[in-house]
Amino acid sequence: MATKLRARRLRRTSPTSESRLVQFLLIAIALAFMGVILLLPLYAVFHEAFIKGVGAFFAALGEKDAQAAIRLTLLVAAIAVPLNVAFGLAASWAIAKFEFKGKAFLITLIDLPFSVSPVISGLVYVLLFGAGSFLGPWLKSYGIEVLFALPGIVLATIFVTFPFVARELIPLMQDQGTGDEEAALSLGANGWQTFFRVTLPNIKWGLLYGVLLCNARAMGEFGAVAVVSGKIRGQTTTMPLQVEMLYNEYNASAAFALASLLALLALVTLVLKTALEWRFGNEIAAGH
Amino acid sequence: MEVRVQNVRKEFDRFPALHDVSLDIRSGELIALLGPSGSGKTTLLRLIAGLEMPTQGKIFFGDTDASEKTVQERNIGFVFQHYALFRHMTILENISFGLKVRPRSSRPPAGEIRRRALELLDLVQLSGLEKRYPSQLSGGQRQRVALARALAIEPAVLLLDEPFGALDAQVRRELRKWLREIHDRTGHTTVFVTHDQEEALELSDRLCVMSQGKIEQVGTPDTVYDHPTSPFVFGFIGESSTLPVTVENGELWVGGRAIGIPAGDASPGEARLFFRPHDVDLIEADASLAGVVSTARRVGGTRRVELEIGGAGHLVEVDLPFDHPAGEKTRLAFRPRRWKLFPAG
Repeated sequence: MATKLRARRLRRTSPTSESRLVQFLLIAIALAFMGVILLLPLYAVFHEAFIKGVGAFFAALGEKDAQAAIRLTLLVAAIAVPLNVAFGLAASWAIAKFEFKGKAFLITLIDLPFSVSPVISGLVYVLLFGAGSFLGPWLKSYGIEVLFALPGIVLATIFVTFPFVARELIPLMQDQGTGDEEAALSLGANGWQTFFRVTLPNIKWGLLYGVLLCNARAMGEFGAVAVVSGKIRGQTTTMPLQVEMLYNEYNASAAFALASLLALLALVTLVLKTALEWRFGNEIAAGH
Repeated sequence: MEVRVQNVRKEFDRFPALHDVSLDIRSGELIALLGPSGSGKTTLLRLIAGLEMPTQGKIFFGDTDASEKTVQERNIGFVFQHYALFRHMTILENISFGLKVRPRSSRPPAGEIRRRALELLDLVQLSGLEKRYPSQLSGGQRQRVALARALAIEPAVLLLDEPFGALDAQVRRELRKWLREIHDRTGHTTVFVTHDQEEALELSDRLCVMSQGKIEQVGTPDTVYDHPTSPFVFGFIGESSTLPVTVENGELWVGGRAIGIPAGDASPGEARLFFRPHDVDLIEADASLAGVVSTARRVGGTRRVELEIGGAGHLVEVDLPFDHPAGEKTRLAFRPRRWKLFPAG
């Protein structure tokens, strides 16, 4: 009996590996779960998008309001992502390379957008720039509309995607320390030369990774943008908002045609992310 | 270029790292800053480099006040303990970095930069590795590249922060010799930080022993070793044994026994006697330091014996040849050949 048990145990390759049955069960559960939760919906999106044929699909995308939504989404991302890159670089530089009071607080603050519901973030901007606020009417007197216009959407998007680049870079830069920068300075390089020739190359893959995630979120953001945009058709609707509006109007195939574009973006991001991880895994892993 | 550190004080968050330190570094000398961790030696080096700014005091390079100058303006070569090579650049690019970042007016032409970088690579005996990346080199090779990179800008002063600290003992000894050769050939004023006294004694023209943010003693390795001016230096440099003694009637007493050592001009009262364990004579006289052997270990070519002196149980170490018959005895009497007396406390 005892020998039988031992023999059974020996068949396992390592102390932490489970029996074949358990392995199979675990893998099966994981795959089934992923199939139902992730793959099926993805299939449904593309299926619905093409249900009326390829012609209808492109017609839906070519529609005036859809075009406007795509343009707006790209524009918002084109403004929000570079701003967040600049901010993320500045914040992680400051946090990783200097000692100052309130550093821990700043790190916590950077995480805030992750922990706040996007709808709340949107509402904050409504309170700040709405008709009853102080800032809103004042800006309006100079002809600057924030709410229900591009600036509001950009602000909300920046807020929500604010942590991505910084979160990626802070641990990476902390890990690398200030040695390389000090070496560059001691060799006579000025601040910009040090940044562009030493710091930036050291963090480029981590930065790219952060930009990728930031961009994906910026294009897909719904909650915060929905609150501040006012959903003026053809003017302040981004792609996710347009999808929702079309769907609510029982125009499912057009809604899914646009949704498939967003899904495609997600897939491309995923592929790039995987490629980056595969190629530069060590450097990116340093950031986690 | 001589460097004068004048009454420099440095605080980090109100915590003083250096108290009123002054040091004259001569042109062309190789000087070691030696001390335990937390003694302020690295802080002093970084202050000279301009990587830190003094809270008080001034630092002169020659006759010019460098204390207000930035690290770039000081034109120093700095070698870091962990090399700090630029990992995305080849060895050649690393070495030529300092020349490439110069403003156009003072930058040599590309061909000249390359020629000089290759020359330096040859100086540090790494010819042929110019296309490699730092990650493809061993620790010792990386530190050589770091030195070549620092030399490329023709620095006024060469500063090395524990340059061999991250290397294993064998490579460290090799590089030590090699650094001395490079120094003799290039003649740069060189300051290096180390906590390894053997390294400091072997390598430097002069050494500056530091403790708790102060300079304890500056002198040639022989002076510091033979004539330590403080109990700390005696204890820190080389092996040492110490014993509390009483000065009375112009003689030293331990536990009511004269030990046969004249007190010289020491004032009567309590004092501390310091001597080197290897610098003792075994004698049979009454006036000696006598004790019971508590442990005896053989360390290479010597036998280190720990003796319990007097009734108070003070332990001192003495070295005997490993085959000395006294090593077997349980009771030994000796007298130090050279010693030093410091006030108690």
